Amino acid sequence: MAPIIIVFGPLIAAFIAGVFGNYFGHRAAQIITTFAVGLSAILSWLVFFDVTIGGNTQTIELATWMSVGNFDVSWAIKLDSLSAVMLIVINTVSALVHLYSWGYMSHDPHRARFFAYLSLFTFAMLSLVTADNFLQVFFGWEGVGLASYLLIGFWYKKKSANDAAIKAFVTNRVGDFGFALGIMAIFLVFGSVKFDDVFSQVGTTDAVLAFAGMELPALELIAFLLFIGAMGKSAQFFLHVWLPDAMEGPTPVSALIHAATMVTAGVFLVCRAFPIYELAPATSTIITAIGIITCFFAATVGLVQNDIKRVIAYSTCSQLGYMFFAAGLGLYSAAMFHLFTHAFFKALLFLGAGSVIHGLHDEQDMRKMGGIYKALPFTWILMIIGTIALTGIGIPMLGWGFAGFFSKDMIIEEAFMAGQAGVQLGMVAFWFGVLVALLTSYYSWRVIFMTFHGKYRGDVKVLNSAHESPWVMLVPLFILAVGSIGAGAAYKDSFLAKDSFAFWQESLPPGPYAEGNYGHTYGAEYRASLGEAHAAEDGHAADGYATDDHAADTHAADTGYGDEAHGGEGYGDGHEGHHPPVWVLWMPFGATMIGLVVAWWFYIVKQGLPARIAAREGPLYKFLYNKWYFDELYNFVFVRGAKGLGDLFWKIGDVRIIDGLGPNGFAATAMATARRVAKAQSGFLYHYAFVMLIGVLGLTLWIMAGSTGGQ
Amino acid sequence: MIAEIPSFLSILTFLPTVGALVIAIMRFTARPEDQAKIGENSRGVALLTTVVALGLAIWMMVEFDPSVAGFQMVHEVTWLEQIGLGYRMGVDGISVLLVLLTAFLMPICILASGSIKTRVADYMIAFLLLETLMIGVFTALDLVLFYIFFEGGLIPMFIIIGVWGGQNRVYAAFKFFLYTLLGSVLMLVAMIFMFLEAGTTDITVLLQTEFAREAQTWLWLAFFASFAVKMPMWPVHTWLPDAHVQAPTAGSVILAGVLLKMGGYGFMRFSLPMFPNASDYFAPMVFVLSIIAIIYTSLVAFRQTDIKKLIAYSSVAHMGFVTMGLFTMNDVGVQGALYQMISHGVISGALFLLVGVIYDRMHTREIAFYGGLVHRMPVYAAIFALFAMANVGLPGTSGFVGEIMTMVGAFQAGWWVATGAAVGVILSAMYMLTVYRNVVFGEITNPKLETITDVDAKEFGMLAVLAVSTIVLGVFSTLITDVTAASVENLIANYNAAIAAAAQ
Repeated sequence: MAPIIIVFGPLIAAFIAGVFGNYFGHRAAQIITTFAVGLSAILSWLVFFDVTIGGNTQTIELATWMSVGNFDVSWAIKLDSLSAVMLIVINTVSALVHLYSWGYMSHDPHRARFFAYLSLFTFAMLSLVTADNFLQVFFGWEGVGLASYLLIGFWYKKKSANDAAIKAFVTNRVGDFGFALGIMAIFLVFGSVKFDDVFSQVGTTDAVLAFAGMELPALELIAFLLFIGAMGKSAQFFLHVWLPDAMEGPTPVSALIHAATMVTAGVFLVCRAFPIYELAPATSTIITAIGIITCFFAATVGLVQNDIKRVIAYSTCSQLGYMFFAAGLGLYSAAMFHLFTHAFFKALLFLGAGSVIHGLHDEQDMRKMGGIYKALPFTWILMIIGTIALTGIGIPMLGWGFAGFFSKDMIIEEAFMAGQAGVQLGMVAFWFGVLVALLTSYYSWRVIFMTFHGKYRGDVKVLNSAHESPWVMLVPLFILAVGSIGAGAAYKDSFLAKDSFAFWQESLPPGPYAEGNYGHTYGAEYRASLGEAHAAEDGHAADGYATDDHAADTHAADTGYGDEAHGGEGYGDGHEGHHPPVWVLWMPFGATMIGLVVAWWFYIVKQGLPARIAAREGPLYKFLYNKWYFDELYNFVFVRGAKGLGDLFWKIGDVRIIDGLGPNGFAATAMATARRVAKAQSGFLYHYAFVMLIGVLGLTLWIMAGSTGGQ
Repeated sequence: MIAEIPSFLSILTFLPTVGALVIAIMRFTARPEDQAKIGENSRGVALLTTVVALGLAIWMMVEFDPSVAGFQMVHEVTWLEQIGLGYRMGVDGISVLLVLLTAFLMPICILASGSIKTRVADYMIAFLLLETLMIGVFTALDLVLFYIFFEGGLIPMFIIIGVWGGQNRVYAAFKFFLYTLLGSVLMLVAMIFMFLEAGTTDITVLLQTEFAREAQTWLWLAFFASFAVKMPMWPVHTWLPDAHVQAPTAGSVILAGVLLKMGGYGFMRFSLPMFPNASDYFAPMVFVLSIIAIIYTSLVAFRQTDIKKLIAYSSVAHMGFVTMGLFTMNDVGVQGALYQMISHGVISGALFLLVGVIYDRMHTREIAFYGGLVHRMPVYAAIFALFAMANVGLPGTSGFVGEIMTMVGAFQAGWWVATGAAVGVILSAMYMLTVYRNVVFGEITNPKLETITDVDAKEFGMLAVLAVSTIVLGVFSTLITDVTAASVENLIANYNAAIAAAAQ
């Protein structure tokens, strides 16, 4: 029952709030939706412990969605460790965002509709992660797209909001195009779209599909098509253009949808389908490459933006790049771990930014802020906690740090190890990971310094009436701050280290750390934990916890670390080979510190210097400020292209050619003839019909000749 | 129960004609000064008739046995027996839902005709006759009977557009008539040939008849000429936007909802089972034309300034999914195509009603005239959003099921077929969201819109029924596919057997 309440509670609440919100009043809508999602959140944690500690994975089949021949699709709730992790992320953040919105949206006359959308989103996201087949994922996938569209365009009077909403939906549809084709290919190759059926066959298929004139291994093609979907949803390079514009929506939306949950659906999809990706090395390399490019590109653009939300949006884009290159390198559990911690600190940063915007009466431009820490002391401290967590500050040798330290540094170090082991692009990923850590640190501290420190640069009236946010907004921030500080330390063992076999069970390969083998620095602790793990295994086995060592065995033997898939040699065999050098461990830390110092220099010591550099409008600055000119390029090629083609087909194709040669042209000719031949109207209809017919026949034959001619 | 009433389908088919006769008798016997009253009464008669017909159609569904692949509730009357002509009616899994769809949409059409003020009685007669002819198309089991219903349907529609249509109605009516007539002539020739070949016009017998491969090609093309225009397929689609723009709201609903389905039904009843080898041979051409239709008309829809024309072009694109799915000849593709036909009947019907709602109030369909309707018409905006999303094929609505099934089927026929169709899925989002934004969102800039009123109870009721249908079908698609499964599987099995036989 609990899983059903988790998933459908928010849907029912959304329906009540959306349809009856105007009758019951805003307050009722707020209470109903927040209660439903809060209940979901509590139950999610119970389910999470039940699944990851109790080992109670299950799939609940609710109803049949489609059933035609083999094409059998159910509505189902699949609970395993992977979906349980997503459940707690989604519902925890969603519940906090609901609560926060009580304060943030308190002046909006359409609050009931807002809460209905938020809960609808939550339902769609839950149905996505609890799917037991690809098509239900697609249902949730497009459902969250719809909710995102509605929420970005929530302030529908604004043209920019409407444009951004359409841009988000259509860009996502481009991704969905790939996703849908991937599902079709899956059905063609495996005869099913159910995860269990598909994944149990991946090892034995060597099907080859002809696609776009090429003969491709089916798994590579499927993996690639699904990844196109992931690129759209997770705003990866080429399909990233919608995410910054999505900041037109209310800030709680940005926190929930465009930072913590929806945009991570792509990472979830790749992790969910990891058995396919493990056997698709070429596509995995592409994912790594796209991840690296995105993480670098977005960070560079984030360096120079002035809108506080846009900087954080580009930061999200960049962090998603980290997750993808981790997944591309085969580090699925590391990608999921970063997804998990990122949800806390990025939601914290966004909601903190919302608190700033709320306190400054809807000011988003950081050039008009500065020195407001006195007015918003709690927000200031909470934002700093979020920034520390994002930039991943921690002490490598001590194994102590904020959430991002564990997840991001883990990705960077593991990329190094993967590179050493010969996984394609591993070393590139490592160096870019370090470089982007520097950029991340710079732009994140830049936000803190521009917003809270230095001299106030905006309208004095705004500053005088600036106020700290109400408690209903601050409490969610405190809870997220706790997560940002502690989530990494608390869950590193479960996600990545000694407990991870038991934690993930069959749902993900736990990754190399699972062997308790983390090199020199954590060596003592991990070696000790290795011993503990063995002891624990023995002990648990006696407790009827048999899945534990079963999982360990199968993973170690079958999926291991995907050595075969990635062509790595000796990666993972022999614990001696798995020790990142000390300098590698310190690299991200050093990069982060450099970024911090540079930001401090520019925005605290030499205040005004950045503005002067910006004013000079150097080519690099302009290139970055204009986001590498992607919007202009796409606008020119796609928007104008579609308009041009539409006009061409309509005014030339339909009106001139088809109607011109067909009905109207013939009518004109016939009229002229009729006038000449005098009173030939009697045969007019049939003449007309006859000539039309000849035309169709001729065309048919012509096409037939064309289509058979090549064979 | 129905088994005890052998003429049940005939009663269902001709019930609307009885209603039309009642109105006609009232109309022609009444004194001139009572004509206005007769007009109003005719609405009631028409509504009652269509509701009873819907009741009969629902009864038919209840009694229908989905596990039987062949025809059910067959009604046969010998007539010119010596030359094999006969009056034969029956339904199978392919046609039964189309009968239901017709009966379902008709009461809505009658209710949506409130803005018709001139010659109301004539209008109702035309609609009731049209219902008989449409149901007849789906129930006829004899070539001659089918042809009469199929072509006869043109006449009331021609009159509805030509008499109660917009300003350019005569041009549109003629274009509609001539286009559709063109194919019919060839189809008639083909039917005569088939009669001479098989010695009967009984469709059940013809379905067992094997036509020579050479003849199949020509017969297929002749039927194709007719069905392609009805669908309509590219490039014989240009009559549709004009017809829709000029037709009154109810005319558009029935045109998009039912008349367009006749082409698809024709392919399933004649082209695919009777000429399997030719169908197989021409399938690539149909795929090409379908994909062109989907992409081309979606792009054209994107540029329309008239909202009805936009939805009309969108209909052409969605019918492209139907033709594509049908010719994949695998169960997912064909079932999906049939599903898409039903689903499109509901969704496009609702979209045309939605246009009708604002047209009745403002008397213009120009997109640029509108904007910011959400401020005055929140309920309308919500319903429009739902159907815009259904038209875009959002999962959870019936539009998605049809599209994904036809594409899954098409992928098995060739990656390029499904890929081409999938491009249309992107484009549909583009034009539908753009028109929605332009009509519903933004500020009210046109002062004439400041007094526009939201949907009234009657409009809400009609749209709500369609909305519920769209969502229920979108979530529980087996409601439809379980009914169609047996007949479609039988169709495919026979088709594959014929192809296999020809290959030897």
